[in-house]
Amino acid sequence: MLAALRLRFNTWLFRPKIDSGTVVLTQRRIFILPTRQGLALAFLLVLMLLGDINYNLSLGYVLTFLLAMMAVMSMLHAFRNLAHLEIRAGRADAVFCGETARFMLHFRNPGAMPRYQLVLRHENGGTVAFDAPARQDNEVAFPLLATQRGWLAPGRLTLYTEFPLGLFHAWSYLHFDMRCLVYPRPADEATLPSGDAPDGAGKRSVVGDDDFAGLRGYVAGDALPRIAWKAYARERGLQVKQFAMQVGEELWLDFAAAPEPDIEGKLAHMTRWVLDAEAQGLRYGLKLPNGELPPGDGQPHRDECLRRLALFGLDETR
Amino acid sequence: MTKPPIYALLLSILMVAAPHAEHLPPWVSALCAALLLWRAYLTHSGNPLPRRWLLTVITIAGAGGILIEFHTLFGREAGVTLLILLTALKFMELRNVRDAMVLIYLACFIVITNFFYSQSIPTALYMLATLLLIVTTWVHLHGQSIAFKPRLLVAGTLLLQAIPLTLVLFVLFPRVQGPLWGLPQDAFATSGLDDKMSPGSLSRLSLSDEVAFRVVYNSQPPRRDQMYWRGPVLWNFDGRTWTPGRTMRTVAPQFADTAQPIDYSVTLEPHNKTWLFALDMPDRLSVAADLTYDFQILRKEPLKARLRYEARSHLVYHANLLESERQIQRALQLPPGLNPRAQELAQRWRAAAEAAPSPQPSPASGRGGNRPLMGTDETVVRAALAHFNRENFHYTLEPPPLPGSNSIDEFLFETRRGFCEHYAGSFVVLMRAAHIPARVVTGYQGGEYNDIGGYYIVRQSDAHAWAEVWLSGQGWVRIDPTAAIAPARVERNLAAALPDTAALPFMARSAPQWLRDLRLNWDAVSNRWNQWVLGYNSELQFAFLSRLGMEDVTWQKLALNMTFVLGLVIAAFALFMLRHLIKRQPDKVQTTWLKVCRKLAKAGLPRAAHEGALDYAERVAAARPGLAGDIRDLASRYNSLRYGVERDELSLRAFCKAVRAFHP
Repeated sequence: MLAALRLRFNTWLFRPKIDSGTVVLTQRRIFILPTRQGLALAFLLVLMLLGDINYNLSLGYVLTFLLAMMAVMSMLHAFRNLAHLEIRAGRADAVFCGETARFMLHFRNPGAMPRYQLVLRHENGGTVAFDAPARQDNEVAFPLLATQRGWLAPGRLTLYTEFPLGLFHAWSYLHFDMRCLVYPRPADEATLPSGDAPDGAGKRSVVGDDDFAGLRGYVAGDALPRIAWKAYARERGLQVKQFAMQVGEELWLDFAAAPEPDIEGKLAHMTRWVLDAEAQGLRYGLKLPNGELPPGDGQPHRDECLRRLALFGLDETR
Repeated sequence: MTKPPIYALLLSILMVAAPHAEHLPPWVSALCAALLLWRAYLTHSGNPLPRRWLLTVITIAGAGGILIEFHTLFGREAGVTLLILLTALKFMELRNVRDAMVLIYLACFIVITNFFYSQSIPTALYMLATLLLIVTTWVHLHGQSIAFKPRLLVAGTLLLQAIPLTLVLFVLFPRVQGPLWGLPQDAFATSGLDDKMSPGSLSRLSLSDEVAFRVVYNSQPPRRDQMYWRGPVLWNFDGRTWTPGRTMRTVAPQFADTAQPIDYSVTLEPHNKTWLFALDMPDRLSVAADLTYDFQILRKEPLKARLRYEARSHLVYHANLLESERQIQRALQLPPGLNPRAQELAQRWRAAAEAAPSPQPSPASGRGGNRPLMGTDETVVRAALAHFNRENFHYTLEPPPLPGSNSIDEFLFETRRGFCEHYAGSFVVLMRAAHIPARVVTGYQGGEYNDIGGYYIVRQSDAHAWAEVWLSGQGWVRIDPTAAIAPARVERNLAAALPDTAALPFMARSAPQWLRDLRLNWDAVSNRWNQWVLGYNSELQFAFLSRLGMEDVTWQKLALNMTFVLGLVIAAFALFMLRHLIKRQPDKVQTTWLKVCRKLAKAGLPRAAHEGALDYAERVAAARPGLAGDIRDLASRYNSLRYGVERDELSLRAFCKAVRAFHP
């Protein structure tokens, strides 16, 4: 009963609702409560007041009142630090599982006063602090570790500030319909399956690891063992060893052909295949139990393949 | 914690604690300074903070030292000392923002402890500056990314906004008259008159420039030589020191034939003693106090706060015409066997007076007397005053010490150099030896007129001692032997009565006129500050608010008014701050373009609501080929300024200039 009432109260007060577009922090959206330090100050002020009365300290009264009124004004300042801030959810680029997703949020401060020490906090405790200069837009990336393939939604974020004196905690909840696609974590290493010639000619074995064909720049998702550490040591940046493969071959990456017994393992294996195939400039297609993707190449094709793998077996809309 | 806020905290604590250095035991000051320096060094070098056991040892040693020094850890002096020591020690474990907040709160608390010792205007200003530093540091702790200037701006804004609110609270907050609990005995250690007098005690006081009290005369002020502010009356003499003995509070004194009433109000600085000062002889007082049998005004409790009271005195009087035998005996007591030469001198005078025929009434030779003296006793009094006047006596602030047990003899017959306590004391001894009841009265004499504020300032340097003798038919009569030696002391002031080489408080002597004026101006401001800011208590609050038109002030009413006014002011601030927040900067480009449109509208070519700038320009160009070039140029500039990627000040200014020059 009490819990139900509490829920209803919280629902009424905080109005949990998912926003899209631009959110303006109106008065209704901002909550404010004293912090522990604020309560400590209140206690200190009561002590001071008793001292002033006891010792008839006129200037003591002045100081006590001055501190109390500064605390009151700091509440207004904390409120103002959030009020009328305009927030819009931005993009969140897809990442591989195990990487950190970066949710971009656009903050626009329309007023003439700079806002200091705004903090975004996730329920898991992660925080990002930033300032919002006057009459400016700025973009803040909120990092979140991707631990599972599929869609990653940050859920409700808290935007709070305790500026200027740390006596009041002013906050607002931001729940945007933002999500980030998380690809499966690629397997460390996987040998590409042999290409199928479209004309049905005999299969050729895949080029072995020793057919070194040169170096290319590192792309997120490349396997660590393929990084050219010697080149890195020579300060040429992160580069990946490329191995020869005939161009123009069409490759079917088959879910059933992945050696791992479990689905996640197979998806990881296939992810590695996709990355390698794309890196080697092959044309490749996906064969999944729930359908297939005809062969193709290029970044959009790769992304589509990874997307299929990421969402395999999941409800796509979620 | 980064380094800058630590330095700022160190500076804040240094500033709030510095005024305490004056009364802290030197070893505590040194220890605290060393701790702060150590912390500054650790911060600078990045070395780790000291270990906990070391801090514990220092804390225990420090507390032990304070215990030995003060014999307690509580009370004002010991408490403040302990507070400062612990604050300095807290620095040694300052690791995070929470520790820093503790230090900020401690700093605020130390500010208050400073007001125990001084609440003057300079102290208030200094503490305000310190508070600004503290608040700036405070803001720094919660916004470490902010540069110094905006930080100062935020702190200054907070402080400035709080000032009007503080004013409202100060005036309207229902005042409770303290104390709520007992004050420690050391709460007010001020210099001032003591209830003991020994050679040197008053001359020491004369070096103090401090204000004892201020007086406003509501009627014509008395002559300077009538301004005797009566304080403790001293009856008992042990050969060196005069003490009051037992005072009778219950028996009321009797005054007869009073004349020349004077009404005045006194604002007395707290002196932690029970007596109040009034002119000889007081008979009416606006505050609760006892008028004792020897005409002192005594309160029940020592005076801990500045007190303002109205009083009436009569300059002409007969006081206690009928004196009880016990009082007469008290006023004749002398330490037996001491000062034989003085006794012998007095008895010689007595014999001479009894032998001679009674003289005709004549004006008093002693300045302090208010009636002509007659009879044998009067003759002896005059002989004594004449003796002081005739013989080679000197009035000096630096009398030679009188180490022997016969100090009166030494003074009267050997050194002959003394201050008022020497003259008053020896005069009373001479009188008692001549069998005339006499006693010493201490208090203040004179005062400096402040024509800016219209009041008299009586300073500690005006402290004075004189004598009173009881004469039958006249009661107690004031005799001031100092007036016989140095009339200028009574008629003008101390500086006039002393040789030029004597050490005197700063500016007591011949400071330039402008400096004197400055000093009087300053005192007038201080006086107003004392009366209205420091003396603002429940009484004054009620009086002030009634004058403002508030009828029958009660604390409920005060609280209600206070809440209302505070709410109003805060709402006004909120409105202003939030309006400032959403006020959009008008778009200069847009307004300038609208000017173009208005100019063309006047020329008969108004822009249609649906028309974009370029379309409009084309239409204008078609209608007025002479304007074609200008208007196309303006429209394209407008478009690129308003919708272009970048807007630079120069082209905006050029655009404005072109619009001004555009005359269709």
